[in-house]
Amino acid sequence: MALLEIKDLSVKFETNDGIVSAVNGVSFNVDQGDTLAIVGESGSGKSQTAFAAIGLLARNGRSAGSVKWDGQEILNLPEAKLNRIRSSEIAMIFQDPMTSLNPFLKVSEQMEEVLTLHRGMSRREARAECIRMLDAVRIPDAAARITMYPHEFSGGMRQRIMIAMSLLCRPRLLIADEPTTALDVTVQAQIMDLLRDIKNEFNTALILITHDLGIVAGSCERTMVMYGGRIMERGLTSEIFEHPTHPYTLGLLEAVPRLDRKEEVLPTIPGEPPDMLKGFKGCPFEPRCPLRMEHCATEPPALERLSETRVRACHRNPEEVA
Amino acid sequence: MSDAPLLKVDDLQVTFDVRPRGAWPWTPSLKLHAVGGVSFELEKGETLGIVGESGSGKSTVARAIINTIPASGGRILWKGQDLLTMNATERRRHRQVAQMVFQDPLAALNPRMKVGEIIAEPLVTHKPETKKAEVKRRVGELMERVGLLPNQINRYPHEFSGGQCQRIGIARALILNPELVICDEPVSALDVSVQAQVINLLAELQRDLGLSLIFIAHDLSVVKHISDRILVMYLGRVMETAQADELIEHPVHPYTRSLVQAVPIPDPRVELAREHPVLEGDLPSPLKPPSGCVFRTRCPLAKPACAAGLPEMLPVGPGHHSACPVTAMEGRAELA
Repeated sequence: MALLEIKDLSVKFETNDGIVSAVNGVSFNVDQGDTLAIVGESGSGKSQTAFAAIGLLARNGRSAGSVKWDGQEILNLPEAKLNRIRSSEIAMIFQDPMTSLNPFLKVSEQMEEVLTLHRGMSRREARAECIRMLDAVRIPDAAARITMYPHEFSGGMRQRIMIAMSLLCRPRLLIADEPTTALDVTVQAQIMDLLRDIKNEFNTALILITHDLGIVAGSCERTMVMYGGRIMERGLTSEIFEHPTHPYTLGLLEAVPRLDRKEEVLPTIPGEPPDMLKGFKGCPFEPRCPLRMEHCATEPPALERLSETRVRACHRNPEEVA
Repeated sequence: MSDAPLLKVDDLQVTFDVRPRGAWPWTPSLKLHAVGGVSFELEKGETLGIVGESGSGKSTVARAIINTIPASGGRILWKGQDLLTMNATERRRHRQVAQMVFQDPLAALNPRMKVGEIIAEPLVTHKPETKKAEVKRRVGELMERVGLLPNQINRYPHEFSGGQCQRIGIARALILNPELVICDEPVSALDVSVQAQVINLLAELQRDLGLSLIFIAHDLSVVKHISDRILVMYLGRVMETAQADELIEHPVHPYTRSLVQAVPIPDPRVELAREHPVLEGDLPSPLKPPSGCVFRTRCPLAKPACAAGLPEMLPVGPGHHSACPVTAMEGRAELA
C-alpha cells in the first residue's frame, strides 16, 4: 500500500474575480522512502496540490477528490484529526525560512515546543533532542547557538533549522516547497546534499516542489510535470529528461541555458503562462504548443499510461513529440 | 579620447556608513565595504557578465556606474572622462547613455502610468523639446522591437505578465538610444519558459543595436549564455575574470570552481555523475571581512599565508586573471 495516495484531486479558489480552478484531476502515489519532484512554473498548481493534500489551503480554497494517508482518507478531515497526522507523520518546509520561523522566539523555544507538545517530552529531554537534530543538519556549535533568535542566523542556516524542526517527530513524509529558491547556489548545494543524506538516514519519503529542473535531476527518482493545474506527464526522472513525451516538458528542457552546452539562440516556448481565471476547455498548454491540433483546444487529453512508471496527457503520439 | 574604452572602472571602492543599533551619537559609524578594488574595462558592443552570490557587491557596482551611489574611492571613466568630476549637465547626459533594467519587472513600473507613458518618460524628461508625434512614433517603434502589440499602449502594468513587464522595462531603457544597458538580474523573477524569451531578446537587441551590456545575475548558466566575458565577485572583490567559455571550462580560483560545481545541470545522467564537493559555511559579514583573501574562511585550499595580504589579480592565461596565488601557480604550471 502506498504511503500517500492522491486520486483525482481538484482545488478551486473563490476570488473576487471569479472561481479559479488551480488543480484539476491530479493523481499520484508516494511510497515509503520515495522521492518525487513536482515541477512546474508559477500558477501550475504544484504547491496547491501539496497544500490541499495536507489541508493547508487558504480559507477561500475548496478541494475535492481523495487523499489517502496509510490507506485512511484524510482530505477535508477536521483540523484536530489532521493535526495529529501533520504533527507526527507529515512535515513541510517552505521557501522562505525567515517567514516560517517566529522572529520573537528563540530557536530553542520554537523547537522544544514541538517535542513537549506532540511527544510529551520534558523540557530537558526536548533540549537534548533538539541539539542532536541541529547537529544532524550540520549546524556548527549547536548547543550554544540554539538559544539564539532566527535573525541571528544566515538564510542557509535558517533553512537548516526549519529542516531540523520538521524532522523532530521523525516524519514519514517530508514535503519541501521550493526549499532552496531563496538561497544562493553554493548554499543550495549544501541544502540539497543535506536533504539527500536525511532521506537515506531516516528513510523519509520526499516530495520536492520546484521550478528548477537542475536540482530535480540530481535528487529525485521520479518527476511529475504540471502545467495549468494539470499533470502533463509523470515518470522516472531519467525517462522524463531523456525522452520527454509531452511538448511542454520538451520545451522546458530546451529553454534552460546549460553550463555544459553552447547554444547561440535558446529555443523558447512562445507566449505567456496561462491566465488561471479564464480556465480552459481543452489542454492548458494548447495556446503555446508547437504541435497543437484542432481538437486540442476543445477536448482535454486524458492521462494515458505508457508503462508501469509513466503517464502522460497529450493528444499526439509519444513518437511525434521527440 | 577615441581609443579609450567605453567604460573603464579602476580600483572602485564603495563603502556605506552603518550606524550600530543603540549607538551613542558620537560613536563613529561602522564602514561596510560593499565593493573593494574592482577594476574592469568594457568595450563598445561587448557583454560583460557579473556573477556573485547575494552580498557580493555586484548590484552596487552597477549603481556606481550609473552614478546613483557615490563611489568612495577609485575612478569610473566613461570614454575617458571621470564620473566623479562631472558637473550636473554632464551627469544628466551620462544618465541618458547608461540605462538600467531591473529585477522585479512589476515593481520597476509605476502602476498609475500607462505603458505608453512609462516607455516615453525618459524621452520626455531628458528631451522635452521632442514633438508629441515623434514621441508616439518612437514608443510604437520600441514596443514592436521588444515584442509588444501596438494596441497594448494604453494598458496599465498590472494587466501584463512578468515577462511582458520586463519587455516594457527594456523598451523604456532603450528609448534614449543608450550606449550601455545594465541589466540587474533581469530574468531571475521570471518563469523558466519566459526567461529564455527575454534572454534571447536582450542578446538580439545587443547585436542589432551595437549596445554594450553589463549583465548581472546569480545564475551562472544564464550569465555564461549571454556574456562575452565574465567577472566573478565575492564579498565585494573580484575573484576571477576571463572569457565566458574559458571561465566555465577552466576555472582557476577555488571560489569559481565551487560555483561552477554547485550549479546543477538539468540532465540526470550528467548530474549524477558529476562531483559535488560542497562548499562549507556562509558568506562572512561585510562589516568584518576576513583579513587577506576574503574567501579564505570557506576555501578548501586555504593556507595560513592567505590571511596575510590582499591577493593580487594574477594572469593565468590569455585574458584570464585570478586573485588566488595558490591556484595561479598550478594554472601556470599546466600552461607551461
